[in-house]
Amino acid sequence: MSTINLRTPSAPVREARLGSITGYQGTASDLVQCARRGKLKERERSFSQCLGCSTANAACTVILIQDAAVISHGPVGCSACYHEFAFVYRVNGDHRGVVEPTQRRIFSTNLEEKDAVFGGNQKLEAAIREVHQRTKAAAIFVLTTCASGIIGDDVEGITTQAEEELGIPVVAVFCEGFRSKIWTSGFDAGYHAIARRLVKPPRKKQLDLINVVNFWGADIFSDLFGRIGLRPNYLTPYATVEQLARSSEAVATIQICATLGSYLGAALEQEFGVPEIKAAAPYGVAQTERWWRELGRMTGREAAVEKLLQEERERWLPRVAALRGQLEGKTAYVTAGASHGHSIIAVLRELGMEVQGAAVFHHDPLYDNGSEQTDALAKVVQDSGDVPNYNVCNKQEYELVNILNRVRPDVLLARHGGMTLWGGKFGIPSLLVGDEHFSLGHRGIVNYGERILDAIENDEFVKNLARHAINPYTRWWLDQNPFHYLGGCRDGRDH
Amino acid sequence: MAGIIEQERYTCAIGAMQTVVAIPRAVPILHSGPGCGTMVAGFFERASGYAGGSTAPCTNAGENEVVFGGEEKLATVIEGANQVLDSDLQVVLTGCTTGLVGDDVARVVKRFREQGRPIVHVETPGFRSNNYVSHSSVVNAIIDQYVGDAPRNVPRNPDLVNVFATVPYQDQFWKGNLRELKRILRGIGLKPNILFGPESGGVAEWKTIPNARFNILVSPWAGLEIVRHLEEKYGQPWFQFPYLPIGGNETARFVRGVAEFAELDPQRVKAFWKREEAGFYEEIQSLATFLLEFRYGLPSYYHAIHDASYVVGLARFLLNEVGIVPKEQFVVDGVPEAHQEAIRAALAATSDKRTIPVTFDPDAGKAQDAIRAAQHAGRGLLIGSGWDKLLAKEKGLDFLSASAPSPYRLVLTTGYLGYEGGLRLIEDIYNGVLATYA
Repeated sequence: MSTINLRTPSAPVREARLGSITGYQGTASDLVQCARRGKLKERERSFSQCLGCSTANAACTVILIQDAAVISHGPVGCSACYHEFAFVYRVNGDHRGVVEPTQRRIFSTNLEEKDAVFGGNQKLEAAIREVHQRTKAAAIFVLTTCASGIIGDDVEGITTQAEEELGIPVVAVFCEGFRSKIWTSGFDAGYHAIARRLVKPPRKKQLDLINVVNFWGADIFSDLFGRIGLRPNYLTPYATVEQLARSSEAVATIQICATLGSYLGAALEQEFGVPEIKAAAPYGVAQTERWWRELGRMTGREAAVEKLLQEERERWLPRVAALRGQLEGKTAYVTAGASHGHSIIAVLRELGMEVQGAAVFHHDPLYDNGSEQTDALAKVVQDSGDVPNYNVCNKQEYELVNILNRVRPDVLLARHGGMTLWGGKFGIPSLLVGDEHFSLGHRGIVNYGERILDAIENDEFVKNLARHAINPYTRWWLDQNPFHYLGGCRDGRDH
Repeated sequence: MAGIIEQERYTCAIGAMQTVVAIPRAVPILHSGPGCGTMVAGFFERASGYAGGSTAPCTNAGENEVVFGGEEKLATVIEGANQVLDSDLQVVLTGCTTGLVGDDVARVVKRFREQGRPIVHVETPGFRSNNYVSHSSVVNAIIDQYVGDAPRNVPRNPDLVNVFATVPYQDQFWKGNLRELKRILRGIGLKPNILFGPESGGVAEWKTIPNARFNILVSPWAGLEIVRHLEEKYGQPWFQFPYLPIGGNETARFVRGVAEFAELDPQRVKAFWKREEAGFYEEIQSLATFLLEFRYGLPSYYHAIHDASYVVGLARFLLNEVGIVPKEQFVVDGVPEAHQEAIRAALAATSDKRTIPVTFDPDAGKAQDAIRAAQHAGRGLLIGSGWDKLLAKEKGLDFLSASAPSPYRLVLTTGYLGYEGGLRLIEDIYNGVLATYA
């Protein structure tokens, strides 16, 4: 049964829709098999540290739309970190062909005590009118929060009515933080709203247009796709509202990270007939080539793809081999979101490195397209063997600290902010690569390998930091099993 | 009805977890939905301290806790925090979910306190207030539940004074400001409990709060709840200086005010500020030629978008001691109406020959529109937050990032308060200006 239902105002959270979990300890192959058999069970932690929440991830899908305005319907704190998106938009514009990145229009309805008692409906109505007046945005998004959700404001009704009144899309995004422990549920919430309210039926298919669901990575697809006669349509950062509306006219949708774009890819396929590529994202040689061939098949460009692969192999694989000579046997630990974390593991192994373990933020048994081909972790296991010490952990720093203290890898690879600090405090060279396109394809293996070598080579800073670092963690904790607080299944049976 | 806020310059009540982070070896524990801590970390950036940011324990209350209550989960997280993190003090802060569901957090926390654990709780649901207000709630909770009651005849140290100045992290210059404040107060013979940051003595210093002879508040309104509470609780009088004292004139005014209030030795106090002032004006005199003669353009006027303490403090300093004229000023810290008149008066007293227009509204998007529309002759400067950099570019204004959020500027231990701070502010403004010349 389809997981996508655009007739309802909100998308069910990952836990309910996909059976996703945030607690697991074991091996990658066991996790994959467990997931296939429908046996994946959440394991709760009795001690926990601050998680991210859906609302910030939902914001990430809408704030960076060129001509949109965003209203956070909640207390002022629920949009406190959004200035970071305004920064991102400005500094990355250059890499994405937006020469004069404009100020992001970000508002809070600033819910207060009396609103919590009497409701915030009127405040939201007034806010939408004011924002329309002030920004003349092509669309206004309204993000819900824990407070507006619990007090029960009629955000769907108000936005629908405002849309009629103002004549522009006014789109509710249901992303209350308390509903999910998996902050990527926020991506789904944003994409659900976009697919439901912004995307229009195709007027005419654009036979060379490929939707690329990504973050704000540099534009590498104009070149790569150009070589086989295709064009990227990046979704949703740096797109315009009109561009989003026309994404139904593309001939295919590709994913940079299946966890990011799962919902949008499936929705575009199901509701607008844009097929989504099922092959997992193109990281590591084996998966890259599978992916390109699948794209070639979907777009009738098999021969052109073979030529491109040949060129790419000739150009980059000798350098991969050279890097492997330098990195062979070096150990690494990975902490990242699914599925990009899986992709990083594939790249590390291509470089001859030993992946000692990984702490990946959550696990989706399958994505919204229901295809096993999209399961990047399964592909990693199939292509290069099992990953021991595979831990599903939603950025619980205390577990990571405990593990790093034991494992002491040659390098720590992270993908989210805050996680490299403890590599550094233990004197472990640590690397965060923000650009999701950086390690993609044949070339990406070289990019990544060079950066890793650089991090390992230039370790003076972390070695010194380790000598001076303050550690708030107790000796007792560092001596415990890292999964001390990871309980059994919710139903009481052990995993 | 409080209106919408575009480009927020402060955060909600739970943002006062940073007040806890600012106390050495104190740990904030959030009883809130997931994401609150991350929002706070994202607002302040580079502000994790000892155990904030990703280290801060949190119950991450979900559907289950919203429906069935989260007291049990809070208890296990506190227990875990005791085992996992070394700390001298734990402060439980509640979020919107907990506030709306109605958990009895006091009862849970009291159980641990009765076991002798240094732990306090404070209600900080985001809809209740903002972090300027809840800073006081956190401080008062620590005073009530950790520092504790003191007998009427508690021994007072005549030199000891508790100092409450800026809101840590919300004032990104808090460490430097407190360091300078401590140096100045010691210079006039006092022994200040500075309470936050590396210059403080941690929780041991907090324990001596009742022994102080009096309290000093350097702020127009935020923090008043603290000194009033201390007056009621320990019978301590308080002296308020209602804006940030920056530079020679204002710091001397502050020093004289404290000295008069506390009846300090006038000779010693005068000797101190005379000496400081001499050093300060040695620099200003060396700089005067540059300020008067630099022929390629220096800012002659400025706008500030900042909190009330800075808006007044900057105006008094920049107009009189640097010669940059304050044009439209924007106070964005959500000053309650009752305090606005006094702030207007303090700003008006900056000059007896010019009026400085000021607007009170946390909706900084409106402030930006007003600046966009303003027309003034000469070269201008904009003092604001990271949100304002683009506006400065658009208007051709010089720009100094000096308020939160601060994505375009790192601040470590720099301060703008006092003699040292005034000189540093001059450096920062004119280095920014000079950097525009190739």
